[in-house]
Amino acid sequence: MTAITPFALAAAGLVGLGLYGMLAQSSVLRKVIAFNLLGIGVFLVFGVAARRGAAAGLPADPVPQAMVITGLVVAFAATALALVLTLRLHQTTGAVTLAEDPAPPTKPDAPTA
Amino acid sequence: MSMLVSIFAAASVLAGAFFFIAGTLGLLRFGDTLSRVHALTKADNLGLGLIVLGLLPLADSLADALKLLVIWALVLLGGTTAAQLVAGAVRREQEPPS
Amino acid sequence: MTAWLLDLPLALGLFGAGAATLLARSLFGAVLGFISTGLIAALVWVRLEAPDVALTEAVIGAAATSVIILYVASRMSAGAVAPAPPPIAQRLLAGALSVLLAALLAHALQELPDPAPSLAAPILETMVPTGLGNPVTAVLMAQRALDTLLESAVLVFAVFAIWSMAPERRWGRAPGPAFIAEAQGPLAFLAKVLPPIGIVIGIYIAWVGADAPGGKFQGGAVLAAMWVLPWIAGLIAPPSISDMRLRLAIAAGPLVFLMVGLAGFAVADGFLAYPPGFAKPLILLIETAMTLSVAAALACMIAGPPERRAQP
Repeated sequence: MTAITPFALAAAGLVGLGLYGMLAQSSVLRKVIAFNLLGIGVFLVFGVAARRGAAAGLPADPVPQAMVITGLVVAFAATALALVLTLRLHQTTGAVTLAEDPAPPTKPDAPTA
Repeated sequence: MSMLVSIFAAASVLAGAFFFIAGTLGLLRFGDTLSRVHALTKADNLGLGLIVLGLLPLADSLADALKLLVIWALVLLGGTTAAQLVAGAVRREQEPPS
Repeated sequence: MTAWLLDLPLALGLFGAGAATLLARSLFGAVLGFISTGLIAALVWVRLEAPDVALTEAVIGAAATSVIILYVASRMSAGAVAPAPPPIAQRLLAGALSVLLAALLAHALQELPDPAPSLAAPILETMVPTGLGNPVTAVLMAQRALDTLLESAVLVFAVFAIWSMAPERRWGRAPGPAFIAEAQGPLAFLAKVLPPIGIVIGIYIAWVGADAPGGKFQGGAVLAAMWVLPWIAGLIAPPSISDMRLRLAIAAGPLVFLMVGLAGFAVADGFLAYPPGFAKPLILLIETAMTLSVAAALACMIAGPPERRAQP
């Protein structure tokens, strides 16, 4: 019986994928998606630890599970804020990345279509 | 008796899984959007229906059985609406606005 | 053996969907990859015997997050060209760093102490006086109530931050762009049929959280969806962001939580301590207020800051 499970490997792999996506993609929106991939991986690390902590008749340790539930909600709030910032950046400068020189600012709240 | 129930449940769930796989294949292999939506909704509605049918005799209580049926009904409702919306979007794209 | 038969394809699918998210050429493809990853992750949580987390992952991690990403992506993709990737040296370095981090993490998980430390037994012991039957809810509401209180405050501040992104002259309008009603469309049909059922299900999920998998976050998210759906269909107009009732709904959870916590000084052992015998009713009171707040806050976060009318 090996200690490591497929889920532990997948969680570690997702953390790696998420980090790569955040560093090696230039689109801000894709960075936000990668950040969420990284989050899924980190939360699953907690899940693997919780499952190993099965004791006293419970199939998994409830403390890491509760932390992940709070974490998921906070990650959603952070993602929503990041997306609004990204959208406002795009609306005011037309930029989709942070790398390029911003275009001359147009009128705030201009239609994007 | 329980043997028969188990066989029925297994057969039904397997048949449901088959429809899911067929629908997924259709989603991946079909050429245009409308065929894909057709494959997905037809196969998934039927597939989930068969899985729910197979699980019904295994439910612990009447409430659990009802919950299974509600899940199926909600997926039908959601899937139907999504398919209609996708089809509507396809039609709007094909017909240039006059 | 049968466990591996299920776990191995799920783990491979999870990693594969994550990789597909990164490799997708189009932004839309990346969003689809992310939705798949989130849904497979929810199944993995079921296999990890954590149904509470599985529900939260499915409804908030996969569904709500994907909705807002898809929404922003669709508004940014009009006429947008894919930006040039960073220089190859940066990508190589990022790849090396990511592989190193993943390998270290896998190694750390391999080296976890055996037998694993667990708080399951003390949690079960101390949750008896709370009258709760779901240990995860007990941790959220009793043993680690401070975390949950702070988290509920995070939601309020996140809504503040999002609203403050509104252009100055749009302040005080309804959140999000105004959607155009299509009285006969399938979306309008769904927005009329689904909310009565969805509201019952949302309240049910929040209610059973005391004793079974579920809770205020999962139920509140379902309620938020039932509120946002008629907005998107254009059937009802969302309330203005300066409407005191909306603001009160968003702040109700942390306020009630804080008041019960402070009352702990007077009637029990200290901050966030429940008086003996009253734990269950007080927890239910907090949970009710929190469900309302989670629903209102999530709905406002999905809608975004007040904007001009959406372009058809």
